Amino acid sequence: MATIELVQVSKTYANGVEAVKGIDLAAADGELIVLLGPSGCGKSTLLRMVAGLETITGGEVRIAGKRINEREPAERDIAMVFQNYALYPHMSVFDNMAYGLRNRRTPRAEIERRVKAAAETLGLGALLARKPRQLSGGQRQRVAMGRAIVREPKAFLFDEPLSNLDAKLRGQVRVEIKRLQRRLATTSLYVTHDQVEAMTLADRLVVMNAGAAEQIGTPEEVYSRPASLFVAGFIGSPAMNIVEGTIGDGGDTVRLAKGSGTDAAASATFAFDHQPLAVKRRVKVGLRPEHLVPDPQGLLALTIEFVENLGADLLLHGRYAHAMRGDAAADPVIVVRVDGTARHRIGETLRFTAARRHVHLFDAEIGRRF
Amino acid sequence: MVERRPWLGFVSHATLIVGILFICLPLWITFVASTHDEARMFKAPAPLWIGGHLFENYSQVLVKGLGEGANAPPVWPMLVNSLIMAVVIAVGKIAVSILSAFAIVYFRFPFRTGFFWMIFITLMLPVEVRIFPTFKVVADLDMLNSYGGLTVPLIASATATFLFRQFFLTVPEELAEAARIDGAGPMRFFRDILLPLSRTNIAALFVIQFIYGWNQYLWPLIVGTEEKYYTVVMGIARMVNAVDTSPQWNLVMATAMLALIPPVIVVLVMQRLFVKGLVESEK
Repeated sequence: MATIELVQVSKTYANGVEAVKGIDLAAADGELIVLLGPSGCGKSTLLRMVAGLETITGGEVRIAGKRINEREPAERDIAMVFQNYALYPHMSVFDNMAYGLRNRRTPRAEIERRVKAAAETLGLGALLARKPRQLSGGQRQRVAMGRAIVREPKAFLFDEPLSNLDAKLRGQVRVEIKRLQRRLATTSLYVTHDQVEAMTLADRLVVMNAGAAEQIGTPEEVYSRPASLFVAGFIGSPAMNIVEGTIGDGGDTVRLAKGSGTDAAASATFAFDHQPLAVKRRVKVGLRPEHLVPDPQGLLALTIEFVENLGADLLLHGRYAHAMRGDAAADPVIVVRVDGTARHRIGETLRFTAARRHVHLFDAEIGRRF
Repeated sequence: MVERRPWLGFVSHATLIVGILFICLPLWITFVASTHDEARMFKAPAPLWIGGHLFENYSQVLVKGLGEGANAPPVWPMLVNSLIMAVVIAVGKIAVSILSAFAIVYFRFPFRTGFFWMIFITLMLPVEVRIFPTFKVVADLDMLNSYGGLTVPLIASATATFLFRQFFLTVPEELAEAARIDGAGPMRFFRDILLPLSRTNIAALFVIQFIYGWNQYLWPLIVGTEEKYYTVVMGIARMVNAVDTSPQWNLVMATAMLALIPPVIVVLVMQRLFVKGLVESEK
């Protein structure tokens, strides 16, 4: 039980590569923070710096208020779950879980008690005598969890613990991890590149890109108010549509760039929830596929080019301004998610609209949200 | 699996049988020769069936040697010398090289790769090539005619270091990291995790190095000039080079059979682990 604070934590390798560029983060006691980002964004490096497996070249990491930069991993009172589980292949499940405790000279009876309790919680009771190679992927994953739990550490660190499991199991274990973390109320950092995992597990998310934190916030915040174009494009599936636009007269509407067309009257205009911006300012407009709703009066006209049937939903891929003059292939494609029961034909033109609060505007140059 | 065809089965079995005969026939002849008396050995054709002097021959070489003037001491102490030499060399090589491989793979120290290559290059220098300088060093250290002189110069092993290094490189890095988080220092990680994982490799190397040590001829010949330090391989050679008489082949063959037994036992005992070590990489 402890807080984890990162103050301007950065990592520069000897060859000058900056893997992590000054991250600030304060995890409250018992909070589960997910570090999310594409591969190579520095999220694992950051986690490993907290674990003590990577040296910290700048800034400070504090666990329970104490600076731990210089401490050995074992002295940081953390437990880590690795992507490939890193179970000791020659030891039984019991010994795998007990190893850390033995090294800390925990009394034998206490080890026995803790391992039994953890095995009970994780449903490993019958497997304690087995070797890791006699276990399934899901069971190995749970042993790795058990090894972390028995230590009763100040913090759990998870390094993509589910990526070696098949999709179905992943869903189950995800729920188990969440439940367990809730019950133990142990502060946790969890690294993943899977946004579904991130959204479902996180109390708060850190979306990372190229070594920097693009946004830190609850899953709701990150989804409904992405702080940058990167976050907007990374969170949500299918990804948010991002098209160019210009602020209209009055400063409170945005007109999508017309693509190949030149007919101003036909171009799509949306009102937005923000104080007025400079007229004619060029911006990037973000519209989530699920927030575009069919509306005969809508100003966004799309010509359907392609339909993906997901069962519950249909994804319509359409080009706007398609009917107008010019090079149609250069027009932006917009994806819309509609009810799976709807029937749409390729070539059909449909009109859509979006609520004000679902229109996201980003600075065209630096990519930040207005 | 290849398709099952009768003639294919026949050909492969025939090949195997011929191969086995090739290996077994000389052994059989050695054994047969060791069971006859001296006179029978000089009559043609050479015997192909067991004679009646088995116990006589073996007890003679074991405790008495070839007798007066034959310049060949009893085999029993020589077997002990060979055993000591082979075991010390095998154990020593494994202990030294597993530790140096551990250092090279898991620690970052200046000139790490330099040291690795230095060790690696010595692979190209077998005992025979460096025998003069090695002898000089051992002589200066006053280690001639001692077990130390017999074994120590042969203990350093680039091959074993290299093999352990390659094995350690395949051990996932996360294991070392997990052990660090679990509070295991480097030596504890080595003892609790690397050593058990290397079990099969150690067994395989032990077999190879034991036989290497057992078969040493040139080095003990130079270092062990006192009869007390003769090894059995040397002994066989001495028996063959009999002065003024023809070699007593029945006794030479008996000694050869005796010299064969310890390596065979080692191989049989370690066989399972040995094969595992060469084939399997269980992680």
